[in-house]
Amino acid sequence: MSEPVRTSLEREPLGQRPELLRMTRIGKTFRGGVKAVSDLNLTVQQGDFISLLGPSGCGKSTALRLIAGLIQPTAGSIEWQGGQGEGDLGVVFQEPTLMPWARVKDNVWLPFRLRGRSYASVADKIEQALSLVGLHDFHDAFPRELSGGMKMRVSIARALVTRPRLILMDEPFAALDEITRHKLNNDLLSLRESIGCTVIFVTHSVFESVFLSDRIVVMAASPGRVIGELHVDASYPRSDAFRTSPEYAASASEASAMLVRAMEHAA
Amino acid sequence: MSSSKLPDQRSDSQLSDLHINGFDAEEESRARQARIVSIARWTLPSLLLVLLIGGWQVYVTVFEVPHYILPSPVRIAQTLVTDWAVLWPALLATARLTFLALLLALVGGLLLAIAFTQSKWAELAMFPYAVILQVTPVVAIAPLLQIYVNSAFIAALLCAWLVAFFPILSNTTIGLKSADHNLQDLFRIYGASRWQTLRLLTGPSALPFFLGGLKIAGGLALIGAVVAEFVIGRAGTGLGLASTLLEASYRFNFGRLYAALILISVMGIAIFGLMSLISHLCLFRWHESAVKREA
Repeated sequence: MSEPVRTSLEREPLGQRPELLRMTRIGKTFRGGVKAVSDLNLTVQQGDFISLLGPSGCGKSTALRLIAGLIQPTAGSIEWQGGQGEGDLGVVFQEPTLMPWARVKDNVWLPFRLRGRSYASVADKIEQALSLVGLHDFHDAFPRELSGGMKMRVSIARALVTRPRLILMDEPFAALDEITRHKLNNDLLSLRESIGCTVIFVTHSVFESVFLSDRIVVMAASPGRVIGELHVDASYPRSDAFRTSPEYAASASEASAMLVRAMEHAA
Repeated sequence: MSSSKLPDQRSDSQLSDLHINGFDAEEESRARQARIVSIARWTLPSLLLVLLIGGWQVYVTVFEVPHYILPSPVRIAQTLVTDWAVLWPALLATARLTFLALLLALVGGLLLAIAFTQSKWAELAMFPYAVILQVTPVVAIAPLLQIYVNSAFIAALLCAWLVAFFPILSNTTIGLKSADHNLQDLFRIYGASRWQTLRLLTGPSALPFFLGGLKIAGGLALIGAVVAEFVIGRAGTGLGLASTLLEASYRFNFGRLYAALILISVMGIAIFGLMSLISHLCLFRWHESAVKREA
């Protein structure tokens, strides 16, 4: 791997990280006049783990689709620091979104394959990505042979195989059971420690957002907008012990309070 | 000490014996049931067939039914052998017509479906005509084709093709449009070209639909071929099995008529079997329809 690997030790404190992406006064009005988001400002810094937290309909997913370039804003601008390059972005959806006809390794190959890279030329990267998510023994399996959690791991491996600068995750674990979800949350954090990417994570779970992120951006609905931000200062790597710490409880109650305020804003 | 332990052990082992036996009995009865069903699947229809044919033979023999009204099964079997020189070339001709029509339907249906999904304009312009071709009975079109097309074979081929291509077109079009939306988004994010999207995403998504259409089209191609032979082959062009069947009926040669009918039916079964096999081979690894589930 030629890319430099950042670790938690090298991650600068929150305020001093270099900027990666800036969304300025973003608005998105769909046909029919529905305002999905309005006047949305968000600056993403390298190494951030941002959770977008909010009630349903607050435009979290719209914000993610805007960043992914799947939809264009009707107002404002999104600027990538240094421009957006190929393979800068990885995406994980709520469903695993795997191609059922392709083996696990071929699903992970996809981002490279669409750029014309042969399997042989990226085989080691695919290998590595699958190892990172703990699925090195499942290369040749078809998605239907895997459990829900394992499919999600393949989906994560596919998102990070290009070593993107930013990974977008849209409620990736929402459909999983609580135990699998815990395990995947833990694994996601250790994964990030080893590859050091920036993550924007959409969730409606206060606890998930507190455990995972160092920045929780709380959004309110109609129209979708940011109403506040909360920093979780606990250092990474975080383990299960963090879940029972007073700091965790304090952050969770603060985030809950903000979420309540977000609901009031909408009403 | 050992004597006090013994009863305990025995009851323990008895318990586990009972458990295993209970499990075994249930498992065994289920396995037996499955075995019986799998044997019955073949034996019951075969038995019914033997009974029917036997009854037929007895009826014809006992009541001395003349062969030009109802030939006996034995006579039909004899005809199959004695008339093989006539039947075999006819079978080949019908098979050629059917498979050529199916092949053209496959290519045409596939290309048109791709055109429809690549260009909304193409679909808007052409889809109504595809429907009109489909809903107009081929029997009504055949005489026209006979007038405008010189070769009886090509006229028959057009008939069979007309019937067979619509299910492929319609199924494949739906299939190409039914790719997972998130996967489509993912392909867009990774900057996939149209060709890549077709080859790696919408194509494979459409495969089960296409194969379903192919299964229907296989049967329809044969029906189209038979209908075409009936309508077009009449003018002494002697196309294939259906023409042979029709000719035999004019001559009250019912032995040959039944023999030809049996061969057409066998061909239909063979085509269905072949399409099912192709479908299974394409899908068994990944598609839900081909996955065996525990009962």
